[in-house]
Amino acid sequence: MTDNKLIDLVNITKSFGDTVVLDELNLYIRENEFLTLLGPSGCGKTTTLRIIGGFETPNKGQVIFEGKDITKLPSNERQLNTVFQKYALFNHMTISENIAFGLKIKKKSKIYIQDKIKYALKLVNLDGFENRMPDSLSGGQQQRIAIARAIVNEPKVLLLDEPLGALDLKLRQDMQYELIRLKNELGITFVYVTHDQEEALTMSDTIVVMNQGYIQQVGTPEDIYNEPKNAFVADFIGDSNIIPSLMVEDKLVNILGVNFPCVDIGFGRNKPVDVVIRPEDIDLVKPEHGIVTGRVTSLLFKGVHYEMEVTANGREWLVHSTDLFPVGSEVGIHVDPYDIQIMNKPESEDEEAALIVE
Amino acid sequence: MAVSDKFKQLTEKKPEIGLLFSRVNKVKWLSFPYILWMIGFILIPLIMILYYGLTNGENSFTFENISLIANPVNRGALLLALELSVFSTLICLLLAYPLAIILNNTKLKSNSFIVLIIILPMWMNFLLRTIAWQNILERTGVLNTILNFLHLPTLNIINTPAAIILGMVYNFLPFMVLPIYNVLIKIDKDVVNAARDLGANGGQTFLKIILPLSLPGVISGITMVFVPSLTTFVISTILGGSKIVLIGNVIEQQFRLGNWNTGSGLSLVLMVFILFSMAIISKYDKEGEGSNIW
Repeated sequence: MTDNKLIDLVNITKSFGDTVVLDELNLYIRENEFLTLLGPSGCGKTTTLRIIGGFETPNKGQVIFEGKDITKLPSNERQLNTVFQKYALFNHMTISENIAFGLKIKKKSKIYIQDKIKYALKLVNLDGFENRMPDSLSGGQQQRIAIARAIVNEPKVLLLDEPLGALDLKLRQDMQYELIRLKNELGITFVYVTHDQEEALTMSDTIVVMNQGYIQQVGTPEDIYNEPKNAFVADFIGDSNIIPSLMVEDKLVNILGVNFPCVDIGFGRNKPVDVVIRPEDIDLVKPEHGIVTGRVTSLLFKGVHYEMEVTANGREWLVHSTDLFPVGSEVGIHVDPYDIQIMNKPESEDEEAALIVE
Repeated sequence: MAVSDKFKQLTEKKPEIGLLFSRVNKVKWLSFPYILWMIGFILIPLIMILYYGLTNGENSFTFENISLIANPVNRGALLLALELSVFSTLICLLLAYPLAIILNNTKLKSNSFIVLIIILPMWMNFLLRTIAWQNILERTGVLNTILNFLHLPTLNIINTPAAIILGMVYNFLPFMVLPIYNVLIKIDKDVVNAARDLGANGGQTFLKIILPLSLPGVISGITMVFVPSLTTFVISTILGGSKIVLIGNVIEQQFRLGNWNTGSGLSLVLMVFILFSMAIISKYDKEGEGSNIW
């Protein structure tokens, strides 16, 4: 990944009828980056991708590609290719005809095309599939062909619209590794759309969390997970305890009436805030050693860890722990200062989209 | 021991077989009325036509009835029928394809309304529609009255091949539009987007993606216009007068005159053409695009 901006979306607004899907969206994508647009359905992530691909025209704003305005350029003249959600293979053509489609349009020589087909099929681990028809392939295989069909054109950017959405869990995980490998071998930019936070955390260099047409947070997977900017991001990425609290002073927050030491500064004195604590960051200890004490109300075995709910100070705390505390037992809750994430309450319009709709 | 083993196998399998039988029986009972219908009104008449077509009046086998197609009058009627039905099929195709494309591209609420308008004439009696055209096209008909009133030269369309083609196109156009439209709406928009994405312009996308993918609908549309056009005798009688004789008219006359053998023989020849186009349909139209409007 370099620091060169390859694609720059400037003040993009898009509405369908009365529904505003994207509102003044600004986002840049760097060269050789694996960027993921992550959000629930209807958040505008697919529309953003389709605007980059040229399948939708924004009502306002510009799409800049390598310094040139391509907002009005039709998709067939853009130097990028798309992998569609439902593969969108040409069912009346063989696999090699599918892969050769873009190259034939560009009038490449037969030998060049043959080489490219071979290379692409090898890259997606489907050698020998040249003369098969798309119908005769499994979902995972069809998706690989869709990727092969796109990459033979040597695009600078590959757009992927929930490409693994139609696959089963095991295959999806395998394909995640495949995509990371492909990205590294090709050395091109991937723009990936998904609603699956795990997929986003696994593959991305940069995650863009979106909700209701607004960008909530842009950052590395670690940033997004460990330091969510607002309640929406915290809630959407992984499990979390989001607790309305009061910032007493720098490095001290009052959670449900009990003062917890934390590391955050600059929020002011006696300011209402939201606190995020990841369930795996809560340590269950002997009652006398905890900052607050509570009682275990439910227990589930999840394989890697136990998932427990602890009632303390009038609230359910979600806890992941490898230690077992039976239902009904008295426990102490301890949280290390650096595991407490403080967030401002939403104030502006696009922060409103950050509110979790219960 | 071998025998007892076999016996054991048979008895063990018995419940399964019994279950299978009862299932088959259930299905059979449900289809029984239709099977009766099919035997009485399709199979037996077909066998009768085959029998009459291949025998003379004294019940002895002959190819004479079939070879009557070589008679200049009959051959001329067949060739004219082929010519007119090819023409009307082509005109239907040229009208229907762009219409189906436009219908498919405009995502309006009025879409189903337009489809309704296309189907609407089919709810009126076929004979009535054709007689209405006769009234319009007649020498002193609606069209010429209007032209007269506007001091324009009158047209002599009635009783010409053009009138018959007009009647065929008018009556059978919906059978061309709907199968093509049905295929087009099933084409995934992202497949078209993918072609654009891979560099194809509008024309290339149409020729390489949309046209080939819509071919099943085109083929069934062609067959569904061509077959009834080829066999019609009503349209040619009403709009062609007595001057223009199609193979359908010849066959009709033979049956009216009581020459069942000759009529059946010529029907068998016509059936060869129909079976041929049915073979094409079943080869290309695997999903039965055309069948849903019959």
